[in-house]
Amino acid sequence: MATTDVGWIDAPAKRRPLVDRLHGWVTTVDHKRLGILYVSYGLLFLVIGGIEATILRLQLVRPHNGFVSPQVFNQMFTMHGTTMIFFVAMPLVFGFANYLVPLMIGARDMAFPRLNAFSFWLTAFSGLFLYFSFVGGFGLYGAGTAPDVGWFAYAPLTSKTFSPGHSTDYWTLALLVSGFGSIGTAVNIVATVVSMRCPGMTLGKMPLLVWLNLVMAGLVILAVSPLTAAQLMLLVDRYLGGHFFDTQAGGSAVLWMHFFWVFGHPEVYVLVLPAFAFASEIIPVFSRKAMFGYPVMVAATVAIGFISMSVWAHHMFTVGMTSAGNTFFVLTTMAIAVPTGIKIFNWLATMWGGKIYFKAPMLFCIAFLFQFLLAGLTGVMLSSAPFDWQLGNSYFVVAHFHYVIVGGILFCIFAAFYYWYPKVTGRMYSEALARVHFVLFVIGFHLTFDSMHVPGLLGMPRRIYTYEPGRGWDTWNFVVTVGVAFQAVGVLAFVFNLVLSYVRGRPAGNDPWDAWTLEWSTTSPPPEYNFASVPVVKSRRPLWDLKHPEDPDWKYE
Amino acid sequence: MSTATASAAWELPSRGKVGMFSLFASEAAIFVIFIVAYLFYAGKSISGPTASVLHAPVLLTVCLLASSLTIHRAVAALRRGDVGAFAGFWVATIVLGAVFLGGTALEWRHLIREEGLTIRTNLLGTTYYSLVGLHAFHVTVGVLAMATVALLTAGGHVKREHAARVDLLSLYWHFVDVVWIAVFLVVYVAGR
Amino acid sequence: MSPTSIFAPLSTPAESIFELSVLVLAIAAAIFVVVAALLAYSVVKFRKRRNDDGREPAQVYGSLQVELAWTITPVIIVLVLFLASARVVFAVQDAPRTKDSLEVTVVGHQFWWEYRYPGQNFVTANELHVPVGTRTFLNLLSADTDHSFWVPRLGGKTDLIPNHPNRMWIEPRETGVFLGQCAQYCGTQHAKMLLRVYVDSREDFDRWVREQAALARNDARVAEGRRVFEQTACINCHTVSGTPANGRFGPDLTHLMSRETLGAGLVSNTPDNLRAWIRRPDDFKPGSLMPPMGLGESQLDAVTAYLATLQ
Repeated sequence: MATTDVGWIDAPAKRRPLVDRLHGWVTTVDHKRLGILYVSYGLLFLVIGGIEATILRLQLVRPHNGFVSPQVFNQMFTMHGTTMIFFVAMPLVFGFANYLVPLMIGARDMAFPRLNAFSFWLTAFSGLFLYFSFVGGFGLYGAGTAPDVGWFAYAPLTSKTFSPGHSTDYWTLALLVSGFGSIGTAVNIVATVVSMRCPGMTLGKMPLLVWLNLVMAGLVILAVSPLTAAQLMLLVDRYLGGHFFDTQAGGSAVLWMHFFWVFGHPEVYVLVLPAFAFASEIIPVFSRKAMFGYPVMVAATVAIGFISMSVWAHHMFTVGMTSAGNTFFVLTTMAIAVPTGIKIFNWLATMWGGKIYFKAPMLFCIAFLFQFLLAGLTGVMLSSAPFDWQLGNSYFVVAHFHYVIVGGILFCIFAAFYYWYPKVTGRMYSEALARVHFVLFVIGFHLTFDSMHVPGLLGMPRRIYTYEPGRGWDTWNFVVTVGVAFQAVGVLAFVFNLVLSYVRGRPAGNDPWDAWTLEWSTTSPPPEYNFASVPVVKSRRPLWDLKHPEDPDWKYE
Repeated sequence: MSTATASAAWELPSRGKVGMFSLFASEAAIFVIFIVAYLFYAGKSISGPTASVLHAPVLLTVCLLASSLTIHRAVAALRRGDVGAFAGFWVATIVLGAVFLGGTALEWRHLIREEGLTIRTNLLGTTYYSLVGLHAFHVTVGVLAMATVALLTAGGHVKREHAARVDLLSLYWHFVDVVWIAVFLVVYVAGR
Repeated sequence: MSPTSIFAPLSTPAESIFELSVLVLAIAAAIFVVVAALLAYSVVKFRKRRNDDGREPAQVYGSLQVELAWTITPVIIVLVLFLASARVVFAVQDAPRTKDSLEVTVVGHQFWWEYRYPGQNFVTANELHVPVGTRTFLNLLSADTDHSFWVPRLGGKTDLIPNHPNRMWIEPRETGVFLGQCAQYCGTQHAKMLLRVYVDSREDFDRWVREQAALARNDARVAEGRRVFEQTACINCHTVSGTPANGRFGPDLTHLMSRETLGAGLVSNTPDNLRAWIRRPDDFKPGSLMPPMGLGESQLDAVTAYLATLQ
């Protein structure tokens, strides 16, 4: 009998060459790898966006400062906002969704793995394209480089007249392309959730994270598309001589605002719903109780999704809409506070009567609850149009939305990192380092963003590269800048923890948190095929049923 | 939770259909914005040709709507396994789509040369060419995709088991038709 | 005491907003106290103790009554806030003209403010004068891109958008100078498009109007400077009434010396600052749209002397 060389069966696994391994990452269509790629991309740009913010704050640390020129400042705030929304928050959100949704529904991958990869690389390319503007944007008149029109790029500032050169084009094209990537991922998420759930997992038995990402995906489909349309119109204006937003030809600057905010408002719900998703998975596990009011949480989510498409002009209370128009948007905006508040109450009720473990994921979620409550309340203040006539376009608004995005969304993202780190890497992170991150970041966040409300109340508008002394803004701006240092060190501790624990963390096992959803039933990290055999579920917490056969959830749901 | 196979049949909607309908939602949202711009600016051009220079392309519309019928027949034929009939109706669809595009090109040539209406002339020009052009772009994409399938069919690669996938492409084509009905009503009926 | 605090209103619309804001803040504060207390309580009371028995707590899946309670209460609060806000929206936006109300047209430019007094037949720039105790309606236009008029102690802000005229009003109760600045990003020098509103007594206002409506002084001693002004490109951008200078791109200079500041509130209006500004505006306001005119030193002296006579 001829023997073939089967030495590889018994030999220890040899590491494939680096080129092979990198090629594997570049050509992957595996949702877990794409999730990691998205999240790493988002983390990288978080640091870059943070550097831009630091430059802004150094310039504003005192009045009439000369740290950067007005031109550079205006590019910095434009790039900071654009980066953080499109190349940090969206990739992080899509990354976690990509990794977790198939695992949580017992599927082997997303519905369209190749579309998944394509969407990621579109986003990745467009981010690099946007940053190329720093070196490549010079136009005919020498004006240009990075976009400096603000992240919402109001017309007619973006017309060729007021923005010669290519800086605005980098903004438009980068977001147009990344928009296609976002829509691709959203279509993928919807198809995955609708068509690929494991047997027994009806819509009413899906984890809340899956529900929230489904509604998020629906919002992306309905909201990013209007932005795509508006950007195509802007390109027609800039390059084909069109007049969509050309006020000299009878065009309307307000029309751009409507189109942009029809995108821009649901966009913030695209970012916050996944944050709610993380909180909805973490708080129950670390309170040792099932989520309180699951059906209400689903209903509230769907309600938020619908109502969020009707509130957009609360960003436009000062542009001169009619009193009836303004009043309508006051009503819808206040209305959306109701389902949002209901969610906060349900999280509290989940903790009530439970047994709270103060591990890093829960610490960040508790801070999220406190901060999101405040952010929601400042939002209610802004929803009252007359109050907004004072507060709008001031540092009060900047403080409000950073409170939501950093104090709410980013805190939940940190929580999610710590919670699922063991699953993704197979290692436990350092709890001590995580606490250092937590304390530093909470101190820094509050120093910066609590203080930031006050200059707004005292009349400081946003997007100004310097300000006048003697208006009572100086000290507050100084404190705001000081907080940046704490947040920076906190983020460093976080990144250090991620890297160090990967190398030296103790093995985590399948289920280090004693949790209840399907991802914890497979190995850490999961094999490429996720599950050896497709799971069959009977309740919302399949692993609770396994661990408590005498008292399974399906008896009570 | 168990890993035994479920006893009752676990049937979920086809992911291809869900994906395609999600795409329709996104495209519909894009078209709505262009339609809103068209209607908002109707009658507001400061100078230049007015909507009276636009003449409803009835014949082209009939062609496009007829192509929905032919593609429907094509898919039905493929489901039956009748590749020959499929190919015939499929090519008819492509031809009708191409006629639509050709007719649109002729209409535009007339508007540009004889009426002096270009995309930069005034608000009407900008909104008209953008909206109708966006739709024509989608028709073009559909025609190219169908041509690809036609080539594959000529090579003998398209068989009965591909009916579901071909059906997805036909759904796209029907969507393009529905959008045309909306565009037609907006441009040639409501906007005049 | 900040001169731009929204909590120190001195004009009717700002006061209406302030009263509403007190209600909104009170409700928000109450909600915060209640919910934050519940959060703090639950974090302390339900923490895992050291002597934990390792059993899972009772699993509670929901409660219809509780959900109804914390749905209905917020709905009522929303209703109250909505009605209170709507009332102020209509009261402020649809306020009628009064017998003695003044009409001023404000035109936003990159990066300065044009004020046209159509009833009184003159144009000025950057420093708005209004009489105390009466309603002044501001008709807001823009010559280029979007701006926003925000003087917190006098009223909420309203945007100036090209091809989209807006209207707002103020009704100051006390005389004084009120500060603000442009509140909609409009380009490089958005930060330096400052606002100064002078609320004058009736007599002071009427005197100011008479001075502004008069034609420009024609002082023979500065004829040389006037010649430089009229023969370089100055007249293409600036207006000096009663002279060939009738440009509209830059501020009207007819009564330049009646203003306390230069460059839209940037620096004091002194001869030295004026001369330096004309020499190279970018030294003060890099990115302002006035180019350096390349004047020689003696030409600068002459022009400055001429402009200094435009009282």
